[in-house]
Amino acid sequence: MGKPKSYRLSFIFLFLVLLLCLAVNISFGSVNIPLADTFTSLFGGAIENTSWDYILWNYRIPKAFTAVLVGSGLALSGLLMQTLFRNPLAGPFVLGISSGASLGAALLIMGSSLFSGLSVFGLINDISLAIAASIGSFLVLLAVMIVASRVKDTMALLIIGLMFGSITAAIVSVLSYFTDAEKLQQYVYWSFGSVGNLSWSQLTLLLTIIVIGTLLSVVSIKSLNALLLGENYAQSLGVNLKKSRYTVIISTGLLAGGITAFAGPIAFIGLAVPHLTRQIFNTTEHRILLPAVLIYGAILMLLCDTVAQLPGSANVLPINAITSILGAPVVIWLLVRKRKMVF
Amino acid sequence: MGQGELMGIVGINGAGKSTLLRTLGKVQPKLSGEVFLNGKNIENYNAMALAAEISLVLTEPIASKNMTVEELVALGRQPYTNWIGTLTEDDKSKIKTAIWMLELETLQHKKCYELSDGQLQRAMIARALAQDTDIILLDEPTTHLDLYHKVKILKVLKSIAFETKKTVVFTSHEIEMAIQLCDTMLLLDTTAHAFGQPCELIEQQAFERLFPADTVSFDAKTGSFRIEK
Repeated sequence: MGKPKSYRLSFIFLFLVLLLCLAVNISFGSVNIPLADTFTSLFGGAIENTSWDYILWNYRIPKAFTAVLVGSGLALSGLLMQTLFRNPLAGPFVLGISSGASLGAALLIMGSSLFSGLSVFGLINDISLAIAASIGSFLVLLAVMIVASRVKDTMALLIIGLMFGSITAAIVSVLSYFTDAEKLQQYVYWSFGSVGNLSWSQLTLLLTIIVIGTLLSVVSIKSLNALLLGENYAQSLGVNLKKSRYTVIISTGLLAGGITAFAGPIAFIGLAVPHLTRQIFNTTEHRILLPAVLIYGAILMLLCDTVAQLPGSANVLPINAITSILGAPVVIWLLVRKRKMVF
Repeated sequence: MGQGELMGIVGINGAGKSTLLRTLGKVQPKLSGEVFLNGKNIENYNAMALAAEISLVLTEPIASKNMTVEELVALGRQPYTNWIGTLTEDDKSKIKTAIWMLELETLQHKKCYELSDGQLQRAMIARALAQDTDIILLDEPTTHLDLYHKVKILKVLKSIAFETKKTVVFTSHEIEMAIQLCDTMLLLDTTAHAFGQPCELIEQQAFERLFPADTVSFDAKTGSFRIEK
């Protein structure tokens, strides 16, 4: 090991890559829009074909920004969970947030057919789905928080989160067993995840949630660093364990819960990005890791979304599958090459 | 306890050495009784205030070993840094001093997983030293170390207590070494607990009572234990 190096160059490089990915993501899609026109429109110029202009500003750009928010937020909450539980396998959903959201969505889509009297919810659209998913993840998170106040051991919390996940998954299974094919398909589509279909106002709401979540985790940076030694040491360094645990959980709840509500349960990013980040930024200092995972997550999500669009064709692949298909081999390759899991 | 003293807590396995030490450090809830620090009940200290008074070296391994020795020692400054943990010049000089006292200069940019047990233990002590508290508590700092490193660690503790006027308390199974180095010792036994300077304790024949007489006996002249054949 040499001297501690400055990561400024890496950050500048990563940021440039992010801008590049953003440009690539916006330039490609089902409809072929010439690059020149894309950039003219981006920088406020007028282009002849107004429908291109419409596609760019009302579909591609919001989608690209959603991808950035989703990627950054999930990656950050993954980092938070890995440090809180000091477990490299932890991800944003270990506290049952995505299973809670799934339960909410499943109840809305499939439950309405079971309890036909309650068809007040008859209107199943993106907004009601987002609301149902947020309520679901919030309720599960609340249950985990109540349990968290009773158990002293953070590791027990990890198991409890997993158990809540199992319970909700079981309920979803029961629901899917009794529901009809059409509703089941609708639910499955939701569970594929999607970063499209967000209006500018929804995007603003998501941005607000992510900013609050990120601020909460920035405040926790110091205690996160101390937690790397273990809880007893952290406490001996003046960390208020209970308070910092709640802050981290609430931050994760906002980030992962908000994202799942708007974009569905998107797998893998939260688990993998912190590991990918540590390969470049070989440090445990959260002041460096935190901004790094934010940028890294955004890049990975933009790339995955670009691929999922299948540029030039009218088909769109489920983003949830792409994140894993592209991401998992990268992580395996990195670990095999380095032969060491740095954590 | 006086300032600048090195105190050893010894006793057989299960006598409650670690329990006592961890209770003093407020790592685990007390079983009974009260712990007073500077005339104030330790229960009334919040984590932050206590962090400025007591630093710890525990037996449990640190959770992440992917940090450099310097980063590890720097974490000891946490109670004094601002909300995001920026190190001031004062912090940096304290870290440097701690690294220098534990002779870690050549290792300071190494990752913790690259260190041997003895080196890691020294790094942990440096971290506690950098925390700059009046009291340092160490739970079995010499386990898993060879004779040379055991002596080295204990001598470092002695010099820390002497030079920095800190109170250093450690638990150990190295009774013979403790007798030679400690200012005071606490012998935990199932029935009686003896406390005092090592020579007083020898006079009181406290060490004879520590182990069953038919397995080991204590030789007061040399201050060492002998195995009964």
